[in-house]
Amino acid sequence: MTASKKQQEDPLAADKMLDKRNKLADLFRRFLNRESVIDQTTSLAAYECDGLSAYRQTPLLVVLPDTIEQVQQVVTLCHEHRIPIVSRGAGTSLSGGALPHEDGIVLSLAKMNRILNIDQLSRTVVVEPGVRNLAVSEAVQHLGLYYAPDPSSQIACSIGGNVAENAGGVHCLKYGLTVHNILGAKLVMPNGELVILGQQSLQSQGYDLLALVIGSEGMLGVVVEVTLKLLPIPECARVLMGVFDDVEKAGNSVAEIIAKGIIPAGIELMDNPAIRAAEDFVKAGYPIEAEAILICELDGTEEEVEAQITRVEAVMKAAGANETRLAKDEAERLLFWSGRKAAFPAVGRISPDYYCIDGTIPRKTLGVVLNEIRRLSEEYKLPIANVFHAGDGNLHPLILYDANNEGELEKTEELGSKILQLCIAQGGTITGEHGVGVEKIGEMCVQFSELELNQFHAIRDSFDSNRIMNPGKGIPTLARCAEFNAMHVHNGELPFPELERL
Amino acid sequence: MAVKIVEQDLHEEFQATIREAAANAKPLQIIGGGSKAFYGNASEGEALDVSGHSGVIDYDPAELVITLRAGCKLKDVETLLAEHNQMFGFEPPLFSDQATIGGMIASGLSGPRRAFSGAVRDFILGVKILDGRGDVLNFGGRVIKNVAGFDLSRLMVGAMGTLGVLLEVSLRVIPKFETEATLSFVHETAEDHIQWINELGGRPLPLSASMWHKGQSLIRLSGSERGVSSAIEKLGGESSDAVWEQLKEQNYPFFKGQTSLMRISLPPTTHFQLNRDQLIEWGGAQRWLQGGSDMEVLRGRASHFHGSLCIFRGSSETHPAFQAPDDAVLSLHRSLKSKFDPARIFNRDRLYLGL
Ligand SMILES: Cc1cc2nc3c(=O)[nH]c(=O)nc-3n(C[C@H](O)[C@H](O)[C@H](O)COP(=O)(O)OP(=O)(O)OC[C@H]3O[C@@H](n4cnc5c(N)ncnc54)[C@H](O)[C@@H]3O)c2cc1C
Repeated sequence: MTASKKQQEDPLAADKMLDKRNKLADLFRRFLNRESVIDQTTSLAAYECDGLSAYRQTPLLVVLPDTIEQVQQVVTLCHEHRIPIVSRGAGTSLSGGALPHEDGIVLSLAKMNRILNIDQLSRTVVVEPGVRNLAVSEAVQHLGLYYAPDPSSQIACSIGGNVAENAGGVHCLKYGLTVHNILGAKLVMPNGELVILGQQSLQSQGYDLLALVIGSEGMLGVVVEVTLKLLPIPECARVLMGVFDDVEKAGNSVAEIIAKGIIPAGIELMDNPAIRAAEDFVKAGYPIEAEAILICELDGTEEEVEAQITRVEAVMKAAGANETRLAKDEAERLLFWSGRKAAFPAVGRISPDYYCIDGTIPRKTLGVVLNEIRRLSEEYKLPIANVFHAGDGNLHPLILYDANNEGELEKTEELGSKILQLCIAQGGTITGEHGVGVEKIGEMCVQFSELELNQFHAIRDSFDSNRIMNPGKGIPTLARCAEFNAMHVHNGELPFPELERL
Repeated sequence: MAVKIVEQDLHEEFQATIREAAANAKPLQIIGGGSKAFYGNASEGEALDVSGHSGVIDYDPAELVITLRAGCKLKDVETLLAEHNQMFGFEPPLFSDQATIGGMIASGLSGPRRAFSGAVRDFILGVKILDGRGDVLNFGGRVIKNVAGFDLSRLMVGAMGTLGVLLEVSLRVIPKFETEATLSFVHETAEDHIQWINELGGRPLPLSASMWHKGQSLIRLSGSERGVSSAIEKLGGESSDAVWEQLKEQNYPFFKGQTSLMRISLPPTTHFQLNRDQLIEWGGAQRWLQGGSDMEVLRGRASHFHGSLCIFRGSSETHPAFQAPDDAVLSLHRSLKSKFDPARIFNRDRLYLGL
């Protein structure tokens, strides 16, 4: 998995590559202006990696089309010459989804960042793919509306990238993921053809191609326009923090809250290392001695929220919370959230590098999984901080490591892989919201059978017969799986044989 | 008394039937409870009755997830969920006590709650299917968030059984609301209703259904006692009977005796002039009217507004149930179909003629 991180340095190959780069740049400049085709090594460096910076690759070229027609021209040309395309939004992917291909181009949607239409009455907005997630809510706030999916990266990440990854956020337990909040999209197919997917009419007809494209990690085409659903801003939102001396107790109280019929707008769990890192960074007022905190947001009308707060407080206390704290005003509500939303960069401050895992598990297995993660952390001598979208079972263990220490990255990846396989063994999945990308391609071989992987490839061929869209990502070839299994299955035994397979 | 759901695994039987049919390129019609047999085009071939493949694989209310064999009766499952104070958030129509979970997914029909809490496709988490080669394939999973691999479970919703036999389905469920209330208002025209209901939709109110017929607008509110009562205070209107069950099951007077029924799906705020009786749901996104000789004209108009017209009841070879999509989308359908069902044995023509 780590070999791909270094570019090869064969001088002859380098010459050929430069030649190819120049020829290709000329072809693109026939319909794109000079500065929309980036071919200078120094400028290309900015596109070498995405949020998973351990993987780097210089692309042949970067192009920045400005219109749908230009995207079609770029894609058609690449289709004819069989040149790999990696679409790129803001480059915040944590799975290497936007990692360039050495023989291919990066198609950046950065210039297509206009909000095209806001329809207050039907509560929809049409945007170009490069529009930032937060920019949507900002643009409609004065109408009392907002766009619900709120990934922690929302200041930076693009709607196109959100669609490609089916991004979630801290509010997705109640308001859904990207797939629940998109009404339609325009897609430039891998042969350059434009198709319109989905209907604003709420009753889809035929195969749900819109859903198929959402979360397809840039492998089925380029998303060039998106119609988003907006929601009214709730009248009232309050945050309650539960403080626990035991992570499992915190986990159990989540199940209890939901069993009471309450669906919080968001419910997030942080363990002690994550609490300390966040508190040190943003001073959110977190109790640094606690083993776990739960941040629970309730929203609705004033009356509803008040009633729910009382019930949730009682549940937390009954589940063993040492203390509950209610944010007294809007400023404190945002402060409570700030620590959680800044958890990744906060961990980034206390460790030279960190590696974020994205497995999802049935919530009831939280105790088993956290204990096993703790054991693995000790075995590998690598500290782990846990943040957890507790409502929907999406774990984000952050492994702290130092890439400058010989072999530590490899060790970290091995530990990460073990955690993912643990999630599968518990009936969960290797990725809840960050996507497979290059990073989890090996673990796909554990989660899916050969037949299922073949089916994925076949589906992809329906869209992209030349396989030019983001090749090497998302779905492993069977050869890749043979390699992965040779490395990871010891003596024919699957990992965690002692755990029951669901 | 707690509901009993029969446990029976018939997948090996189905597998044998499918393999034989595929080897001889003989078509099969997948049949659940037959409750939605009228929906979609006529198909051909031997019947493959899947209603016996039944049982609850996993249900833990605190996880908000249920995994079922597809032959389970929808009615029984709704009873089971209700025992735990939960329900399906998309309010699926049954049309008969025999309706199955598999048919609910394949037809992809949602009820009055659709515009406010989502459709079938918004709640499906994973499927296990038998494809046209008789192979068992699993997609998605049993957890609420999962982006590993292409989303092939949602592709099954509304596919009318053309891609495979559903064996198992995992669905997200939601808690029942503490209370519900129905309010009635007067709006002379469809336009007035649509303007009004969409304005309401932009306000933080616990709306969960809407309809308009013959100058009367009805809305349903669902939520906590206090949330609903404060919304009633804000909205006014007359308290009214809950017609929603009747509406969902098409027992409401408008639907009585209709042998030919059309459903127009549109972006909700579309001004779509009609000179005849219509019933409007989903804030304007779903409009029902009696069939007539102008079906194809209306189809043209609907697609002009980025919508479509379905001949819900009474379709024929000359007037197929679903409006054909444009060429690019249709050719994607053909290609996807061939990847799941290369011998084209499942539910021929049921979705689109020739598919
Ligand atoms: C600090 C931090 C916090 C994060 N928190 C969250 C979180 O809470 N929830 C969450 O879900 N994710 C989170 N992420 C991950 C990431 O932000 C999301 O995956 C986001 O959706 C990526 O958007 P992007 O514009 O940066 O896409 P990129 O990284 O540029 O691309 C991601 C993938 O999408 C494809 N793509 C991009 N644009 C298009 C397009 N127009 N058409 C087709 N394919 C396209 C790319 O090829 C690539 O495969 C976080 C990341 C960081 C760095």
